[in-house]
Amino acid sequence: MAAPQGVRAPREERRRRRREKKAQAAVANQVVQTAGGGWRTRIFPYALIAPASVMELLIHIIPMILGVCIAFLGLTQLTIGNWTEAPFVGMENFIEGLDPAGAIGSQFYAALLRTVAYTLISLALAWALGMFGAVLLTSKVRGRGFLRTLFLTPYALPQYVGAIAWAFMFNQSDGAVNRFLVDDLGILDDRPFWLLGDNAFWVLVIVTVWQFWPFAFLMLLAALQNIPTDVYEAAAMDGASTWKQFTTITLPMIRQANLVMLLILGLWIFNQFNIPYVLFGSGSPDEAMLVSPLIYEQSFNYWNFGLGGAMSTLLLVLLLVVSAVYIRLVMPKGKQLND
Amino acid sequence: MIETRGFKILRAFGLVFLSAVVLVPLFVVVITSLKPLEDVQGIFTWIPSEITFQPYLDIWKTVPLADYFLNSLIVVCIATAFSVVIAVLAAYALSRFPFKGARTFSLMVLSTQMFPGILFLLPLFLIFTQLQRTVGIQLNGSHLGLIITYMTFSLPFAIWMLAGFFASIPKDLEEAALIDGTTRMGALWRVVLPVARPGIVAVSVYCFITAWGEVLFASVMTNADTRTLAVGLRAYASQTDVFWNQLMAASVVVSLPVLIGFMIVQRHLVTGLSTGAVK
Repeated sequence: MAAPQGVRAPREERRRRRREKKAQAAVANQVVQTAGGGWRTRIFPYALIAPASVMELLIHIIPMILGVCIAFLGLTQLTIGNWTEAPFVGMENFIEGLDPAGAIGSQFYAALLRTVAYTLISLALAWALGMFGAVLLTSKVRGRGFLRTLFLTPYALPQYVGAIAWAFMFNQSDGAVNRFLVDDLGILDDRPFWLLGDNAFWVLVIVTVWQFWPFAFLMLLAALQNIPTDVYEAAAMDGASTWKQFTTITLPMIRQANLVMLLILGLWIFNQFNIPYVLFGSGSPDEAMLVSPLIYEQSFNYWNFGLGGAMSTLLLVLLLVVSAVYIRLVMPKGKQLND
Repeated sequence: MIETRGFKILRAFGLVFLSAVVLVPLFVVVITSLKPLEDVQGIFTWIPSEITFQPYLDIWKTVPLADYFLNSLIVVCIATAFSVVIAVLAAYALSRFPFKGARTFSLMVLSTQMFPGILFLLPLFLIFTQLQRTVGIQLNGSHLGLIITYMTFSLPFAIWMLAGFFASIPKDLEEAALIDGTTRMGALWRVVLPVARPGIVAVSVYCFITAWGEVLFASVMTNADTRTLAVGLRAYASQTDVFWNQLMAASVVVSLPVLIGFMIVQRHLVTGLSTGAVK
């Protein structure tokens, strides 16, 4: 009889505490709401979000709707100047841009798959490096503050500066990478072109990981430092190895922070445009063509906005699904920020 | 984690490895920026034949770097300021008042924050073209046009992060002020804002850094007069010779403002990112 009671008591205790907390919050809210009183109080929050709502409408909602609409227009170099007069072409753009059998459609799906692969590989590597650094720096080590700042530098640099640095290092004739591999180590005999062909994809991954692993490090370090140390002490007492402690205590305890971080970082990497643009210019090599640069190329290099719009629309639908998952994680149903 | 001897050895090697990963590219940038032009025309050398600060003087003459710098400053500062002011109001409402529609508003902010810039660039470019045709306001290629596009990513981010900051400030402070007869705006202005200042500074710096490194919008929305650093730096490479030493010197110069800002606020940034995003 003692055991179930022992389990029940803290649960009831928790419930009671939660009830009390709710009651307190209700009183607090009432104070905030009733001071001043009347209709002015009721419209106050709406007045506060009014400027943000207007901006959201102007720069996000209307452009997104328009973005879907232009996918149905024959928007080319000829009609772009006065696009409201552009002819309605129905599903033509979708058929041309999204038909897997067509030339442009197959390019789009290849780019989409490539972007998914690029995202997963970069995300896995950035997570591994970030987690490694965070575990090493969780406890007090000499020089921790300095190392933390140092590790964050690639993330704080302007994105194009990081990409320029790597573009210079991967230069075929005189880059530091070829200097190191060919001249210093002698591993390779000829000087490979890194920014062309299949190599370009891996260069993209390397530069992305270098720029984004500090973000994983930053978020994971914050999460790790929230784990109370006595949990580990108890586990060590029971003879759990360091690795065992990591998999059975560390990972489960930071699960939520980990998931949110992976999703945010994954979306940033998936949406990446800056790095390929600086590395390859306005046209990426086919083997490293990602979705955002492809839409950019169709729209601003070939001025085929209708096609770009059709591709954007499909991308929008895909991302809406992902964002629904993300929102479930950050803001579960019925929960608000001020809870 | 309990630190065994094995863990300590692993840590020493691990920290050296990670430092090398970060430092090698930074070393290449800095050392190249200190080389004379002859040194950067052949195969890369780890040690310069002589150290010179000449590239740091030449960068201002080879391309109009000062103009690009000024353009970047104007656009990024105004976009950040607008975003943060609008976001402070909205975030305060979200973190304090359980009003009808708060959830819908948060959902909108959260989801737009995650869409790629290219989804907004195409339609905004078309809207700007049409505005110029019908009303005569030039937005494509103007500072204002770029500011508007920069707000597409900095505004939702600022709202979300600031809401996290405000939620972590206890309500008692304002309640006391309200009971003393302060108006609601007064309570926000005189009580909440001073307490939230580190958070607001961190969010501003973060918006600044993101906008400073942005390339997509800048590549479409600027012309020869309004070119920002993100696009302007390409000019060192577009001549027949690539002035790698100058390009690297310019990279160092344009990175300094954001690096310094980042160092100052990094501690608050961690709090903001983890309370704002990981709630």
